[in-house]
Amino acid sequence: MAHLTSVPALEPGQDKTMILNMGPQHPSTHGVLRLMLEIDGENIVRLMPDIGFLHTGIEKTCEAKFYQQVVPMTDRIDYLCPMTNNLCYVLAVEKLLGLEIPPKAQWLRVMMNELTRINSHLVWLGTHAMDMGAMTVFLYCFREREDILRLFEAISGQRMMTSYFRIGGVALEPPLGFLDRVRDFANRFPSKVDEYENLLTGNPIWMMRTKGVAKITAEDAIALGASGPTLRGSGVDHDLRRDMPYSGYENFKFKVPVAKEGDVFARYMCRVQELRESIGIVKQAVEGMPDGPVKANAPHVVLPDREKMKTQMEALIYHFKIITEGFAVPEGEVYQAVESPRGEMGYYVVSDGTAKPYRVHMRSACLANLQTLPSMCEGRLLADVVAAIGSIDIVLGEIDR
Amino acid sequence: MPWPAAVTELEKLKDHPAIARLLAWNPAAVEGAKYDRDEITIYIERSSIREACALLRDNPNFPLNYLSDVTCVDWYPSDPRFEVVYHLLSISKKERVRLKVRLSGDSPAVESITSVWRGANYFEREVFDLFGVRFTGHPYLRRILMPEDWEGNPLRKDYPVEGYR
Repeated sequence: MAHLTSVPALEPGQDKTMILNMGPQHPSTHGVLRLMLEIDGENIVRLMPDIGFLHTGIEKTCEAKFYQQVVPMTDRIDYLCPMTNNLCYVLAVEKLLGLEIPPKAQWLRVMMNELTRINSHLVWLGTHAMDMGAMTVFLYCFREREDILRLFEAISGQRMMTSYFRIGGVALEPPLGFLDRVRDFANRFPSKVDEYENLLTGNPIWMMRTKGVAKITAEDAIALGASGPTLRGSGVDHDLRRDMPYSGYENFKFKVPVAKEGDVFARYMCRVQELRESIGIVKQAVEGMPDGPVKANAPHVVLPDREKMKTQMEALIYHFKIITEGFAVPEGEVYQAVESPRGEMGYYVVSDGTAKPYRVHMRSACLANLQTLPSMCEGRLLADVVAAIGSIDIVLGEIDR
Repeated sequence: MPWPAAVTELEKLKDHPAIARLLAWNPAAVEGAKYDRDEITIYIERSSIREACALLRDNPNFPLNYLSDVTCVDWYPSDPRFEVVYHLLSISKKERVRLKVRLSGDSPAVESITSVWRGANYFEREVFDLFGVRFTGHPYLRRILMPEDWEGNPLRKDYPVEGYR
């Protein structure tokens, strides 16, 4: 965290410019982001993000937990896409273990992961539009988000901090009738996306606020480490789900929306198209859901079913051992990246052969995307900063960890 | 299925395009390599990291043009204590390469790669903040997550989880 007084680079020059502080408590900074702006009239000369207000030391805490105890920590990083973080972490540990996951668990993971993406994009769309004065969209988006949160609650017992995925599979079979509810939602949802698009896509006010605003070129986006829709909005066709598939994504058909312009509108279009693609993946997952177990056959890693635990001695022993002393993971290191709603979410997990991870590092997509903000805003108007922040879709919990 | 044993001989891995490029440039810059769990790791000599990154980024056959991540691992109390870890990605080839630089425990420092990828800025600041590894040539090397006046580097292994009381 920097302090304004200790930032010599932002001293006002020759009485022409002034320093404006924006945030950390500001409704349009999407959390506790603080921006220091050097402005000349209404033009931005320099912009400097200041982060760290939500730093909770999760990476340090992970080192003191058993491998399975880290899963709930990963929810808390990015509270808008808990399942994506769960998925990335469990994939990393499964890769360390060399564990094979049954197809049904993979399908469930993909399905929940895409619902999470929709959930996250809905919050983004609602708040982004609200930042720019379109209040109605927010209510529409939260209407559908509520449906998704109810699905989350049905499958995991929690609306937001789901922790549904486990190392070796998922926590539980989905409840009876769950897939029908998902199918029902998936059939309903595309018409809702039309509703959002009716409100925004052709709207002259929206286009004036977004077209040509906060541009970034493909070269800059790559050099700054941007990923996800921030990168694809600049014309770079890169999506980890398709290019480096994980968790069975190679079995699903979907398009990767790319826009060339690199402005706020391009990023908006990418995400709105992603909503449609994601719901397509959810439909495919529901229709093609394989039968079989939802947990890997690895008794030393995966907790036994409650029923077995009460009737079988070995299951009880394994349960006791996993809970009390965890399970050892062979020495090694793994970097696993997934395409989160915001871009490349990566987990770097190092094992020293014990039951606790030696190091867990989260590669935050938002942290890298935030670095693009100065190049997007400098030389532009103050009012565009709000549009630019909304368009990179940051979650401060993930940035600060 | 358990993974096959890791390959740690540089001789067996020298055909990998990234390693081949580095060896052709300066064999002394490559301290070793490892292929484990489908991931390739190259140990780079400390003073060559910036040039090695620039070289790999502009390698025409195998352009590792995207910097995913920079982080650090503290192997306290062994020496060399710190491993700075760089994850590079080739967007066109869809492959990753991990670079590692080993640093000793007292006043660890390594050249910054912000001149190769501007995006390394925040990642290196984070490593500086949480591990106390200095990046020479970094344009703005200050704490990023912890407050300016914080004492110690929280992610070091000799820093207690509860903090100093």
